[in-house]
Amino acid sequence: MSFQQVSLSLAAGFLENCRLFLETLLFSIPLGLIISFGSMSKFKPLSFLIKIFVWCIRGTPLMLQLFVVFYVPGLLFGVPMRNRMLAALVAFVINYACYFSEIFRGGIESIPRGQYEAGQVLGLTKAQIFFKIVLLQVVKRIVPPMSNEIITLVKDTSLARVIAVGEILLAAERFAGKGIIWPLFYTGAYFLIFCGGLTILFGFIEKKLSYFKA
Amino acid sequence: MPILEVKNIQKSFGKTEVLKGLSFSLDKGEVLSIIGSSGSGKTTLLRCINFLEIADEGEIYVNGKRIFDGNSAKNLTDAEIRDNRLHFGLVFQSFNLFPQYNVLQNITLAPSLLKRGTEEEIKAKALALIERVGLSDKINNYPCELSGGQQQRVAIARALALEPDILCFDEPTSALDPELTGEVLRVIKDLKSADSTMIVVTHEMEFARNVSDKVIFMADGIIEEIGTPDEIFLNPKSQKTRSFLKKDIETNG
Repeated sequence: MSFQQVSLSLAAGFLENCRLFLETLLFSIPLGLIISFGSMSKFKPLSFLIKIFVWCIRGTPLMLQLFVVFYVPGLLFGVPMRNRMLAALVAFVINYACYFSEIFRGGIESIPRGQYEAGQVLGLTKAQIFFKIVLLQVVKRIVPPMSNEIITLVKDTSLARVIAVGEILLAAERFAGKGIIWPLFYTGAYFLIFCGGLTILFGFIEKKLSYFKA
Repeated sequence: MPILEVKNIQKSFGKTEVLKGLSFSLDKGEVLSIIGSSGSGKTTLLRCINFLEIADEGEIYVNGKRIFDGNSAKNLTDAEIRDNRLHFGLVFQSFNLFPQYNVLQNITLAPSLLKRGTEEEIKAKALALIERVGLSDKINNYPCELSGGQQQRVAIARALALEPDILCFDEPTSALDPELTGEVLRVIKDLKSADSTMIVVTHEMEFARNVSDKVIFMADGIIEEIGTPDEIFLNPKSQKTRSFLKKDIETNG
């Protein structure tokens, strides 16, 4: 088995990781924002329910959640989940949306009340205050915790192999099954390079937003 | 007809009565200073007038039109509250500039969002206001690059950009170093000579005395005494006013 063959085979696996990563971000960020609004709602039953839900998701292993999403539809409703990637995506989106929602909530609640009041006395609507005044300040404050969480997500994508999504570690384990161990260690390079790129990107964003203090 | 008439304003937070029925009126071009010790309800009064708090009872008239009635306060829609707020401008103790916008953008943001003219008109007006508060060399600076006094002057220009009927100041110099209060007070004095109607909650007795047409001394949620600066400062009738002013002289010379 040549180095090149292994590299290509692992790259094909890592493409699945990337897909899961990107799609999870795409859906979990807006969903997380909605959940964070729910948890800050003045309507107590709603914020209570949301908080219970977030507790359940953050309080159980993501691996368990993958099993639940993959097996429970079949067991309870007789509609087995055929698309493994879809099952992984659903589990990841829900899990990460809950983590993101707590980061968003912390960011939004950390903006001083004076910012809202300054918008109010200028006759702005709630939506204008949020989008034109508060949002960018929140973004600036949450870049460090978000980058942490997003880098964790890159590595978490390989958990999807427990429901047999053909990601990079699963590919490496196939080689290991044939007695070739080194590809397993080699997978680390893919993650390192990807996370290195992300680290540079987040550093760039932080620098871009460093023109103001908030 | 007075430009502002406030009748019997009452406000409680839980069981604490903060405003116990205040009434006063203000004519166009007048400057009213509100003085009193901390906790006397000065800021709450200003916040009720600006609809940052909704008073429990009372009435507020602007130019003879009733814009607030405690009996139907709960029926006020968000849009009505926004319209009512636009009669007033408010300058905060802690400036509350928008940190991600530069000086010019801080001033043009609300007029643009409220569509108060074309972009060019709004910008031209903002530049004139910036010149008026003496910051023409800072239009592209961000709030974090300005001193407290400069920030407060931007905040004044921002409030003026919407041309409020009455401009309110909530302890505008309390967060400033002594050497910076002068530049802010000077801007407020200039506004007075331009005939702006203003309400200033302040701890600057000298300022209240020299600039106001009317002074209210508040104590324990009521207007203890109201009068001209000379009446309040030279010849206070109430014992509470006398002891407050005496303490102020002792601490501030």
